[in-house]
Amino acid sequence: MIKFFLMVNKQGQTRLSKYYEHVEMNKRTLLETEVIKSCLSRSSEQCSFIEFKDFKLIYRQYAALFIVVGVNDTENEMAIYEFIHNFVEVLDEYFSRVIMFNLDKVHIILDEMVLNGCIVETNRARILAPLLILDKMSES
Amino acid sequence: MCRDLATEVEKLLLQPGSYVRKKAVLTAVHMIRKVPELSNIFLPPCAQLLHERHHGILLGTITLITELCERSPAALKHFRKVVPQLVQILRTLVTTGYSTEHSISGVSDPFLQVQILRLLRILGRNHEESSETMNDLLAQVATNTDTSRNAGNAVLFETVLTIMDTRSAAGLRVLAVNILGRFLLNNDKNIRYVALTSLLRMVQSDHSAVQRHRPTVVECLREPDASLSRRALELSLALVNSSNVRAMTQELQSFLESCPPDLRADCASGILLAAERFAPTKRWHIDTILRVLTTAGTHVRDDAVANLTQLIGGAQELHAYSVRRLYSALAEDISQQPLVQVAAWCIGEYGDLLLEGSCEETEPLQVKEEEVLALLEKVLQSHMSLPATRGYALTALMKLSTRLRGDNNRIRQVVSIYGSCVDVELQQRAVEYNTLFRKYDHMRAAILEKMPLVERGGTQDEEAKESKEAQLSEAALVSTEPPASKLLDLLDLLDSSSGAAQPPPPLEPSPGGTLGHLLDLPCASPAPASVPNLRVFEREGLQLNLSFVRPPETPALLLITVTAVNTSGADVTHFVCQAAVPKSFQLQLQAPSGDTVPAQGGLPVTQLLRIFNPNKAPLRLKLRLTYHHLGQSVQEIFEVNNLPAETWQ
Repeated sequence: MIKFFLMVNKQGQTRLSKYYEHVEMNKRTLLETEVIKSCLSRSSEQCSFIEFKDFKLIYRQYAALFIVVGVNDTENEMAIYEFIHNFVEVLDEYFSRVIMFNLDKVHIILDEMVLNGCIVETNRARILAPLLILDKMSES
Repeated sequence: MCRDLATEVEKLLLQPGSYVRKKAVLTAVHMIRKVPELSNIFLPPCAQLLHERHHGILLGTITLITELCERSPAALKHFRKVVPQLVQILRTLVTTGYSTEHSISGVSDPFLQVQILRLLRILGRNHEESSETMNDLLAQVATNTDTSRNAGNAVLFETVLTIMDTRSAAGLRVLAVNILGRFLLNNDKNIRYVALTSLLRMVQSDHSAVQRHRPTVVECLREPDASLSRRALELSLALVNSSNVRAMTQELQSFLESCPPDLRADCASGILLAAERFAPTKRWHIDTILRVLTTAGTHVRDDAVANLTQLIGGAQELHAYSVRRLYSALAEDISQQPLVQVAAWCIGEYGDLLLEGSCEETEPLQVKEEEVLALLEKVLQSHMSLPATRGYALTALMKLSTRLRGDNNRIRQVVSIYGSCVDVELQQRAVEYNTLFRKYDHMRAAILEKMPLVERGGTQDEEAKESKEAQLSEAALVSTEPPASKLLDLLDLLDSSSGAAQPPPPLEPSPGGTLGHLLDLPCASPAPASVPNLRVFEREGLQLNLSFVRPPETPALLLITVTAVNTSGADVTHFVCQAAVPKSFQLQLQAPSGDTVPAQGGLPVTQLLRIFNPNKAPLRLKLRLTYHHLGQSVQEIFEVNNLPAETWQ
């Protein structure tokens, strides 16, 4: 089960965070700083899976952005690794420009893909279908 | 809320719109997590949902079934019937060629494949029939998947996990291990990591198969990546066996020298454990431990020192050798505390062997007495030495006074200096040793002679524990303790009685040896009290009563229940009752029911005393109470008079 999903920039600021298990607000910042610290300190030749407290972190770097996913022990790390890439591809297809201006849409996409910690949809077309409908409605 | 909406969700599961259904399935998963009883509602639709073509719904359904199976064994049995169907779905996924909708870098919907494999794993665990159905499919997936991209590797990894967990054919397991071996050789760190993780899980069941990949695993030790080296370390430690122990220890020791600090403790204790289990010779064992102590001394576990001293003590023929090695190690570096402790102990015990001259197993080392004394003094004075280390060094110096042939003036000087040391432990020792020099010089040689071999703890009770304590605190000096004066009688009584009730010293792992034979006494339900109760104490409303029980099966046992009742208007807090009996008795105090006696005759505090009186001596009982009452703290010590004769006859 996916516990949380973070998008962090290279300076360590959280751009997007989504928690699938309840964590109190003050604990969240603490958790995020620790997670970010362990991910940012790794070089490019080190492997992308880190053991952190009682769950595993899987991270992937895309230019200046780190995407970190925390999972519990039962998940297949490589599948999650692939999933992160899938997510980024979906974002790429939808946004031609920089993501940060449309965080609400990113949340919608993430919600389409992951529901309550389980991966539900990985097909690009189907994920973006509701969004495209929404866009069409707002235009007209 | 979940209960109310469950039926709604079930209806939605069968709705035409695929978008809604997909979300409904996962809502069902969430509901089951929150309220496991609802799983009955969601069982029937699953079979139907499996026929879906829509991958999103399929994915959700598989997750739902997985969740159901994990929660209840009945569901597990129910879903074993669908194994053929799952196999079919997976087969179509694997064999269909490229489909634009679902393929990710050449593999068609890897996420769905992984989920199905995980479900098959849960269904096939410990179940022969299902595992057989899956066998062909797993082989097919394993061979057909394209491994050049990460997605393929993910599927392959899950397949391997499934093969390992279900009762698959032997050939299949070999295939799995080979796949993992291939992963290990891959350049991609992620793949190596998952391979190491799965090999670790396999090593228990398929030990020989994993052994084949030992060289690669050892290679991975040298990785700069922390996660990888940690995994490699665990795996290497699991792979050590009697045939490869020398080579492996070599590798592990070079790893120890260069590894990051958080892995050091694990590595050191792992090496020591492996050495203990598989050491080919005692000398090799001592060498290994020595080497570990020199490299990572501060990170070893606390009982490493005890183990090593016991080992050396047991290896008679190696005394000379070990004392020389330890001396040279100590001369180089006095900062590693466990090493210093062991070396100090050895030098103290076997100092004469050190000075004797040559020993055939090491190079000849000419050591003069003054050098040895100077070294021990250096250890004593160094600010890096822990108090325990200082204790070792002081005792070693003392022992050398009998072993060395020269004059003892230097030693006497040091000992008298430490007689005024700030550290109480050191001061006590120094004062005792001083006394040994002055008043009991004739006994000195006898007291300080070589220690007998200490038994390893295990099932021994008090004797072993005491000898271990003796070994660590060098308490061969029991005879020189100042005789107890009459004034200390009560404390003596109290100490000796509460001593029996104290928990065993922490370094002894065997559970509760001291209390063991006391607790062995059959604890029958108390026979009807044939002895009258006794009120022993009353003050300002607080009353203390004793009630006695003599169980008929054990005539030497007396059970006393101490009851404290408070009839005053204020609570009594921090109530502690201690008891003392003469030395011929054995007393055990059990924990009281509480430490507050509520006012106005509220719930009394009770405490059980067990007194074992094998000699049927007259019972004397002293009680000491401390408590807070009416704003004062009270301490009362009194002897219980007029104890009825039935309590001890």
